[in-house]
Amino acid sequence: MTDKLSELADCAYRIRRYALRMGEVQGQGYIGQALGMAEILAVAYGHALKLRPDDPEWEGRDRFLLSHGHYAIAFYAALIEAGIVPEEELETYGGDDSRLPMSGMATYTPGMEISGGSLGQGLPIAVGMALGLRQKGNPAFVYNCMSDGELDEGSTWEAAMSASHFQLANLITLVDVNNQQADGQSTKVLGFEPLVDKWAAFGWHVQRISGNDLPAVLAAFDKARNLAQPRPRVILFDTKMGKGVPFLEAREKNHFMQVAAAEWQHAIELLDAAHAARS
Amino acid sequence: MSTVATKPRLKTSAMIASIAGEGQRTRPAPFGNALVALAQHRPEIVGMSADLAKYTDMHIFAQAFPERFFQMGMAEQLLMGAAGGMAKEGYIPFATTYAVFAARRAYDFIHQVIAEENLNVKIACALPGLTTGYGPSHQATEDLAIFRGMPNLTIIDPCDAVDVEQAVPAMAAHNGPVYMRLPRGQVPVVLDEYNYTFELGKAQLLRDGKDALIISSGFMTMRALETVEKLRSDSVDVGVLHVPTIKPLDEETIVREAGRSGRLVIVAENHSIVGGLGEAVAGVLLRAGVTPPFRQIALPDAFLDAGALPTLHDKYGISTVAMIQSIKGWLN
Repeated sequence: MTDKLSELADCAYRIRRYALRMGEVQGQGYIGQALGMAEILAVAYGHALKLRPDDPEWEGRDRFLLSHGHYAIAFYAALIEAGIVPEEELETYGGDDSRLPMSGMATYTPGMEISGGSLGQGLPIAVGMALGLRQKGNPAFVYNCMSDGELDEGSTWEAAMSASHFQLANLITLVDVNNQQADGQSTKVLGFEPLVDKWAAFGWHVQRISGNDLPAVLAAFDKARNLAQPRPRVILFDTKMGKGVPFLEAREKNHFMQVAAAEWQHAIELLDAAHAARS
Repeated sequence: MSTVATKPRLKTSAMIASIAGEGQRTRPAPFGNALVALAQHRPEIVGMSADLAKYTDMHIFAQAFPERFFQMGMAEQLLMGAAGGMAKEGYIPFATTYAVFAARRAYDFIHQVIAEENLNVKIACALPGLTTGYGPSHQATEDLAIFRGMPNLTIIDPCDAVDVEQAVPAMAAHNGPVYMRLPRGQVPVVLDEYNYTFELGKAQLLRDGKDALIISSGFMTMRALETVEKLRSDSVDVGVLHVPTIKPLDEETIVREAGRSGRLVIVAENHSIVGGLGEAVAGVLLRAGVTPPFRQIALPDAFLDAGALPTLHDKYGISTVAMIQSIKGWLN
């Protein structure tokens, strides 16, 4: 493993660990998704995004939109990792007056670009921001991070068509394809495959990879950023819910996971043990 | 205007129909022209539309500033989401569509993307209330009821070209989202005869009268002024309080004027009787302990008919003729 990959693997481990600690604070949360997305967030915040941790609203920053606001637990872990939110603040997760509410909101959290959670809104906002950045001559990227459930929303496809129409090469969409939504497996709730063909037909540059394969995630981000074509780019990440904690990976009903009080510490121990064995 | 007595075959009013009466003074596209004038020295203003630039007078802006106009396609959720995105990047987007599509289809995008963050998006929507004969698909009879509950949103219902021209810079000067009901095309010019200036959040007494007070917004203020003139010749003395800003409501002026004793208070609006200016005024007055005799001229809580606008305005009681009849009946 190269130094870079090793560094990003450590970063993904810490993101998982922060997320589990926040889950323990509230005794609940979208922890399956957070664990599943750790590699994606590690590459985003540990490698790809241009950021100034001490100035989260720096005009030159890459914009990272959390369309699925309920993934906030994962995102806060990434913000801690990026140095935007102090680690000790995770103890406030989901509490009164916390800057880290259960569902992400721009008005609460530094580094949170939008108030997500009403699903299917991130990509339309991203189109507007990408148009605005281009209009200003600002070379920053807009990353719209979304769930596969949001592929059910018509507004996602309105925006997908628009991004291609406007040739928004500064727009990168990250889709977490974990095949789980509120009522069950995404593909059974509303079949969205074939996803690669769909996005390609909408005019996007498409990559589909395993979202838990760190070298592949790193390569996909780099390819999306460095592509010369004047097209919006999408990376479809097939991820494993609960990744990194075997007993959570094994759960079938994992969209909003019930985790017993004693299990949080056990999960952290398993994560630590796996990390120690790797290092 | 609205002299509808003899007309055997009125045609369904098209979307481009003007509400101007025959021979009435009008100005073309006051919204588009005012926006162009403002945008000359406000480079952060951009225009956006959902395939209705031509029918919202946004095409005037698009022609003047093609590089600052964004055609978003027939996709109203995208329009509002992307307008929010543009505002987050420092622009002041003026986004246009029909009132039905903004209020009914894109509501959650305006609510969550724009209003929750108090973003500087200005939404101007044509065909408010009953201004088309196309039936419920295009008649925004409950847009005010829908939008009044949205926190942070300022709501404007201008009367005429003067109101629109002055409201556009006021919208841009206001920090936060604004929804404006948009008269378009050949728009009547009325308020220049009343020593009137549009002020955001302010109601203005255009005519005083001792028998009754009409509190009105939108083109119903024009109808109210015509009604008052005609009633005056019958020695009925009625005042008109124009309320171009529906939210925030000028409660002070409304309470003061409605509280003057001995007058019937009538709220006249181009909107459903549910949830519009009438109920807003009623709430203000009750909360203030001011309880004059109170009547509403408004559209019924129903899906309205298709047909010709003059016929429909008569039928639903918002034509001048119908207003005169109602008010005479109430005062007798």
